[in-house]
Amino acid sequence: MTEVSVTKDAIPPGADDLVVLKNVNKHFGALHVLQDIDLTIARGEVVVVIGPSGSGKSTLCRAINRLETIDSGDISIDGRPLPQEGKELARLRADVGMVFQSFNLFAHKTVLENVTLGQIKVRKTGKAEAEKKARALLDRVGVASQADKYPAQLSGGQQQRVAIARALAMDPKVMLFDEPTSALDPEMINEVLEVMQQLARDGMTMVVVTHEMGFARSAANRVVFMADGRIVEEATPDQFFSNPRSDRAKDFLSKILKH
Amino acid sequence: MNVLTDNLSLFREGFIGTVELTVVSGIIALVLGVIIAAFRVSPVPPLRVFGTVWVNVLRNTPLTLLFLVAFFILPKILFPDMDSFVLGVVALGFYTSSFIAEALRSGINTVPMGQAEAARAIGMSFTQVMRVVVLPQATRAVVAPMGSIFIALTKNSAIAGSFDNVDLFNVAKTLSNDGYDIAMIFLWITVAYLVITYAINGAFRLLEHRMEVAR
Repeated sequence: MTEVSVTKDAIPPGADDLVVLKNVNKHFGALHVLQDIDLTIARGEVVVVIGPSGSGKSTLCRAINRLETIDSGDISIDGRPLPQEGKELARLRADVGMVFQSFNLFAHKTVLENVTLGQIKVRKTGKAEAEKKARALLDRVGVASQADKYPAQLSGGQQQRVAIARALAMDPKVMLFDEPTSALDPEMINEVLEVMQQLARDGMTMVVVTHEMGFARSAANRVVFMADGRIVEEATPDQFFSNPRSDRAKDFLSKILKH
Repeated sequence: MNVLTDNLSLFREGFIGTVELTVVSGIIALVLGVIIAAFRVSPVPPLRVFGTVWVNVLRNTPLTLLFLVAFFILPKILFPDMDSFVLGVVALGFYTSSFIAEALRSGINTVPMGQAEAARAIGMSFTQVMRVVVLPQATRAVVAPMGSIFIALTKNSAIAGSFDNVDLFNVAKTLSNDGYDIAMIFLWITVAYLVITYAINGAFRLLEHRMEVAR
């Protein structure tokens, strides 16, 4: 992992809250996948969510832009509660960038079109302006030369960087990353993480579900540890990795940091 | 005496009649089919129910029965004095729309869930998700079954011929009443149908080929 120093001072409490989850519950059949989740993310904060698989961290991430509905509780973004399915929700989703584990680039569109599509269809930006911005973003994530190719012609790491550019093109208030490097070959993980670290440095508000402990250490303001549908522990990365308070977190860390 | 050369204008009229019935009811079926398929995958439960009922009722009703409804019940309660061509294409179009909706739905199911999720995540409405992202990708998988549906529609249009529409089937009846050799009539009528169905066949093969290149 490249050592990039990132300012990771804890954001002072009571600062501008961007994403607020209150008492959120969700069931998948008999499985209580989110249990009384309370989580507040301040503007400019980078929160990394870690935990064993099946702990509900992906569901938590997807609930924030209502790709998963919740059974009870409240989620609000920038002071506005998440609306029901419809135009209002679509408008809100445009302000929330999402990066998926499996990239989900539009397979029938070129790389450039992938990044302009949302601007043109949702933001109603003109085509020329959208392309200009798309090219700048593709350049920023380092795939400018691939603009006219189709997603299937790109490597996984390149596809994921395009997906990040696609999300950034909407000028989101917050970016959600749902295991962005889990489907990548090891050698491609870094190129994606570097883009994410750059974003964090630029002050983007980010919620990152990941297994990359190096990223959590270097880029996060706060680590949220989830297990069995609950938030077990919240701490700064230093505190969490060097001195976890809960037994569940100690057990988890001992398993993944051994090698 | 020769059936074809003696009655060339009648044959032409029948041929054009069949083509018109097929094309117009095909367009109706396509438009309705897309709408019903969208209903069936929509997030709104009442629309899903409507789509399911539409498909199940129309697909499972014999076409002749639909024609009887269209010609003898519909005019009584809704549209008196409606043109027999209009009634014919409505019956054919509605019936075929249920098959198109199902073919489209199976096409939609071939598009990975993540495509629609990514489109929703950048703020597209349901209509945009379908129109811009899902349907264009579903089309490829749908071309082959769609060809079969339109060929079946061409042959089904013969039923309209027995309901007061001049088409190839209707011409066959007329000529047979005129006393021509039935085997020769059927030979030429069959050739005329084959011309239409092979044209559809070719058009869809071309379409399939075109789409293969485009990705």
